[in-house]
Amino acid sequence: MPGEPTGAAPARAGSTARDRATEALRDVAREPGAAKPDPILVADGVVRRFGGLTAVNVNHVEIQRGAITALIGPNGAGKTTFFNLLTGFDRPDEGQWKFNGDAVQGVPPHKVARRGMVRTFQLTKALSRLSVIDNMRLGAVGQKGETFWRALIPSLWRKQEAEITERADALLERFKLDKKREDFAGSLSGGQRKLLEMARALMVEPHMVMLDEPMAGVNPALTQSLLGHVKNLREDGMTVLFVEHDMDMVRDISDWVIVMAQGQVIAEGTPDSVMADPRVIDAYLGAHHDGAPDPSAPIDNEPAAGPKATDGPAERE
Amino acid sequence: MINWDVIFSVSLESLVGATTIVYALAAIGLNVHFGYAGLLNFGQSAFLGVAAYGMAITVSTFDLPFWLGILVGLAATVVLALLLGIPTLRLRADYLAIVTIAAAEIVRLLFRSVSLSEWTGGSDGLQSFSQSFYDLNPYSGGISTTLISFSARELWIITVGWIVVALALFIVWLLMRSPWGRVIKAIREDEDAVRSLGKSVFAYKMQALILGGVLGSFGGYIFALSLAAIQPDTYGTEFTFYMYTIVILGGAARVLGPVVGSMIFWLLLTFINALLPALVSAGTIPTSIMTTNQAGAVGYILVGVGLILLLIFRPQGIFGDKKEVMLDAR
Repeated sequence: MPGEPTGAAPARAGSTARDRATEALRDVAREPGAAKPDPILVADGVVRRFGGLTAVNVNHVEIQRGAITALIGPNGAGKTTFFNLLTGFDRPDEGQWKFNGDAVQGVPPHKVARRGMVRTFQLTKALSRLSVIDNMRLGAVGQKGETFWRALIPSLWRKQEAEITERADALLERFKLDKKREDFAGSLSGGQRKLLEMARALMVEPHMVMLDEPMAGVNPALTQSLLGHVKNLREDGMTVLFVEHDMDMVRDISDWVIVMAQGQVIAEGTPDSVMADPRVIDAYLGAHHDGAPDPSAPIDNEPAAGPKATDGPAERE
Repeated sequence: MINWDVIFSVSLESLVGATTIVYALAAIGLNVHFGYAGLLNFGQSAFLGVAAYGMAITVSTFDLPFWLGILVGLAATVVLALLLGIPTLRLRADYLAIVTIAAAEIVRLLFRSVSLSEWTGGSDGLQSFSQSFYDLNPYSGGISTTLISFSARELWIITVGWIVVALALFIVWLLMRSPWGRVIKAIREDEDAVRSLGKSVFAYKMQALILGGVLGSFGGYIFALSLAAIQPDTYGTEFTFYMYTIVILGGAARVLGPVVGSMIFWLLLTFINALLPALVSAGTIPTSIMTTNQAGAVGYILVGVGLILLLIFRPQGIFGDKKEVMLDAR
């Protein structure tokens, strides 16, 4: 594993996307709602209530462009709900957010995707009775053959279809799914479906990829390859925001970590600074004691143990 | 003595006859809804009904040209699809099923209502709208061989019907191998995944609902023209249930499925309904088991049992791929 960026490595600006992200985030305050030098996404006052329960109540959050940001928090913290709000799959009660400088609140999900913010799902959504290659082709935007009348005349879309197929095949090869090209997506294993979903999202050519628990239910042999793919997204110039419970993965790949608990952002920082933060440890281990949190007691416990133990298969806020 | 010639000839005639065509067209449309787009439309009979009534009212009540009647029927089909789709296509799939079955009953009850009978003919329906269609008949006489016989009128409606079926199949085949069809099939698998990839799911579902309704509407025309009359109660829910049977029998989401399904369904039903009374009259089946009056009902029971066995041993239908159906089990 590459060493954690503790400032020891004098990052030669521009060497890799990882170094650039580290460099850009070095002077950012380690506090909730910290301003970033070049945010791709800025959210303000986002509130979502379900009856009497306030599932999400985010005052201010910024996501740095070109970096991998992890969104962590105990079950029921509102991470997935926040994801759904940002991508248009759910409507907020209050709040606004800007993606690439444009307001996107109230925009339907398919238009959010077309603007370059593409998500995957916690429960993988492979299109079972479509072949793997058709899953991939579907991801391409601006297809002429997707309009009803033009679909009837193959000569209008055949050339574009060939280009899309070429791009899809290249991605399948990169994600090592090329041997499954003609199989039904429903016949793939859980890990392969995660890979397919990520590859399919890339067919949209997004600026920002939002991964909801990319490692959930993936067999350990595939984990490393998935991690590599996520890191490659950053090298290709994309911004990644992901929800994850696995602290080892968060530590390994993220440049920045945002912690949510009970709907609010309670901490932000680099992986190391966040995991040493007493508020985070309290949120995970449930410190219900009176007064100020006592940092000494929970630190005796391995902080990663809490989140791992709370790893749940079906989180619905 | 059983008259096998008659039993075989009515069976063979049913294989290509107007009823088979009507159900094939209706099922081709329903296959677009249910098989390809995953829309649980339980009101397909209403699409055939508004098309047939649109045509019949235009021609019979208002004395306007036949071709205008066809256009009015098509417009009515599209309007019905929009009325059904706008409120329900944003909801979960099962809501569409509830709303469509209710809408189909509303449409049928409107057609037979007394207050509208001035235009619709009430429960008696309408006649004398098909003359212009039969005036176009190029056949001077019917055909009569030892096996099958059709009158000139029947020949004309069968010819037109199968041409329309061929065109409908060609359109479905073209669309379902295009990127448009890919989006439609993907919506059947998972709407949210399709949304996350930048497609307007609502717009595609609406297009699929209209397309399937319009394809089915031609079944409504053929039905009305073949009988030269329309009656509201023929457009009831069992009409739709037969269509579903045919779609599943042929194999959902297969281009040829609905046509072959319709042919087999009507061949079997006609054969059994001809055979059983003959066996009873000939004394092969004693009247202590069934009388000729009961034979009709027993025929339906036997066809029903056959369909149940089919679904158990071949759930993918005739053209389906068993592997594909089993993916659902996941």
